[in-house]
Amino acid sequence: MKEEFIISAYTENTIGLLNRITVIFTRRHVNIESLTVSESALKGISKFTIVVRTERALVEKIVQQIEKLVEVLKAFYHTNDEMIYQEIALYKVSTETLTSSNTIEQLVRKHGARILEITKDYTVIEKTGHEKETQDLFEGLNLLGVGVLQFIRSGRIAITRSPIEKLSEFLKVRDAILSKQDD
Amino acid sequence: MTIETRKEKDMDIHIEKGQKITGSEAVIFSLLEEGVDTVFGYPGGAIMPVYDVLYGYQDKLKHILTRHEQGAIHAAQGYARVSGKVGVCIATSGPGATNLMTGLADAMIDSTPLVAITGQVGSSLLGTDAFQECDVVGMSMPVTKWNIQIKDAEEIPEAIAKAFYIARTGRPGPVLIDITKDAQFGELGFTYEKCHKIRSYLPSSQIDPKKVSEAAELINNAKKPFVVFGQGVILSGAEKELKQFLEKAGIPAGATLLGLSALPSDHPLHMGMLGMHGNYAPNVKTNDCDVLIAIGMRFDDRVTGNTKTYASQAKIIHLEVDPSEINKNIHADIPVLGDAKKSLKMLIEQVNANSHDEWVNEFHDCYKKEFNRVIEKDIHPTKEGLTMGEAVRLTSEATDHKAILVTDVGQQQMIASRYFQFTQSRSCVTSGGLGTMGFGLPAAIGAKLGAPDRTVVLFAGDGGFQMTIQELGTIAQNNIPVKMIVLNNHFLGMVRQWQELFFESRYSFTEIQSPDFITVANAYGIKGKSITKREDLSSAINEMLGTDGPFLLEVKVEKEDNVFPMVPSGGTVSEILLGPEDL
Repeated sequence: MKEEFIISAYTENTIGLLNRITVIFTRRHVNIESLTVSESALKGISKFTIVVRTERALVEKIVQQIEKLVEVLKAFYHTNDEMIYQEIALYKVSTETLTSSNTIEQLVRKHGARILEITKDYTVIEKTGHEKETQDLFEGLNLLGVGVLQFIRSGRIAITRSPIEKLSEFLKVRDAILSKQDD
Repeated sequence: MTIETRKEKDMDIHIEKGQKITGSEAVIFSLLEEGVDTVFGYPGGAIMPVYDVLYGYQDKLKHILTRHEQGAIHAAQGYARVSGKVGVCIATSGPGATNLMTGLADAMIDSTPLVAITGQVGSSLLGTDAFQECDVVGMSMPVTKWNIQIKDAEEIPEAIAKAFYIARTGRPGPVLIDITKDAQFGELGFTYEKCHKIRSYLPSSQIDPKKVSEAAELINNAKKPFVVFGQGVILSGAEKELKQFLEKAGIPAGATLLGLSALPSDHPLHMGMLGMHGNYAPNVKTNDCDVLIAIGMRFDDRVTGNTKTYASQAKIIHLEVDPSEINKNIHADIPVLGDAKKSLKMLIEQVNANSHDEWVNEFHDCYKKEFNRVIEKDIHPTKEGLTMGEAVRLTSEATDHKAILVTDVGQQQMIASRYFQFTQSRSCVTSGGLGTMGFGLPAAIGAKLGAPDRTVVLFAGDGGFQMTIQELGTIAQNNIPVKMIVLNNHFLGMVRQWQELFFESRYSFTEIQSPDFITVANAYGIKGKSITKREDLSSAINEMLGTDGPFLLEVKVEKEDNVFPMVPSGGTVSEILLGPEDL
């Protein structure tokens, strides 16, 4: 049975590592629904957030194969419920239609979106939330007959609900283990 | 001996710490610092600076020129497999690098420690479709444990140190370093420090003593325990511990193809080989045991057959160094993560001295059945045509079971693995996971150089031998005394067998025409002999072994013999077939 999972990984910031990680998904014929990579709290360490829809047994194996990579510090997975997550969406609409009626303004207010930029020709609206929420605003704007001129959705960023050991602690423990190991 | 025995050489290169040298000098010096004394390779434009430096260090670093880069990497594999050292191969950019891909995939899936160094076009040309440029790093990602592209000479020593550390620690594997031409010409102040840790890489886990106790308790209470062991025992250097463990607890054991020779073949608790063409007893008893103890093996599909019906009645203990292998194919009731040598030592202390004579006898009964229906006909045939089995048996006997067996892939691989006897570890070099035809001949070259004091015998089929036949040139140029036996049945035997059993004998393109192999060998200046009759076999084998230098023996065998027993693909291991009539 397929479910949505959020896979997180802490890695070294090396060129080509993204390729190595995505190849693991390709091999198993699993599609990546969304992908975010950015620097973590610790300099030089990247954080990957990858969303997939697949069976739990398969996700477990994929995560182990990601963690196996030399440049990956640690990898784990959660369901949507186990994490607090957000995505950002940007919507470009024509300023004329915006100012000609007040329904768009009410829609924007209702969805808790905000206006990023207004010019003579276009206005950019921004909304942060879950996929369903950003999708609702998108459909709402389209239903008004106005149409969204341009639309983009970001990847997901997520934080676990449970207290989890800090990365700096993990690195200290790892260093202690490695120093004890003889080649 | 006809190859020069290497004397202990003074490995110190007298350069000052921080002395200015070129990137290519750094490559050679770094290899020497890592204790490398043999490399296999093929020069080309993008790697010429390295070869130029190599020219001046031939007394310290032996380079074997092969005839194809695939030959170089398979030779490096053979070298690594018999010596336990990291195999090293060097190739140029573009086609040189792409020719390594098969070997990298082979080493990756068979966990062989390798470092491959490839030249690359100058960094300003990267991504421009330059002459002999290709994305080696991108291509080799799925088939290497780690890889890196170096554009700056200063990064070379650290990259090589890291490469060797990653290649040989934990679960070994191949590593590739791609060095641009300008990096090879570039300058650096040379210092070398071996790599001892990488914070993002944990070679092996700390063993959980609780898991070991749980495992010991399970074993102590088992009525029908069965050990299945694989290459992990050899990679961990745990041969002695395995033997001690089996003997103390009185447990019968089966070897995977790559686990062969970890335990001497004549050991009373060695019940044979597992897998699709393994011995009858280990396969049947897998589905009869109550506790299955897996040591350094990965439950490959050739061993398990249908995973749903594999040992489903047993509790499974899995001693394994790679966490991603636990529960990958087969569920482990008690996973014991860590290095096999260490975990076996802990386990030996906690298991009781025991014996299971009746249980072991059940294996012997199975063996008798297999002997009567299959083995006798294979190794003591009475029909006119020669069998692969008898050639293997006679060769094993003629070498006192002390030789290193190298095989190609196919029927001859299965027959040789079944009937060759092993008395010491690291004596079986074969392409297991990838099943690369053409592996045998170059691997035998590497094996001989990795173990110069041992006899190396190659068994290849007429198909596989032709895939890398050009490496006869390597043997001739370096006078490498490999003993080669081509078992010629004029077919791609294994495929033909499947076509006979499952495709109504529609032999689609499996009939293969070969040259007169002996004439080809002679053209390379290699002695050889071809035989077709049983009465000539023994003397021919003795002639091959007694000749100084390389020798090619062609044995023309029965054209349509089949390898049995057989677990059909996706079948249940205990329903292993002893003959086609069982289908």
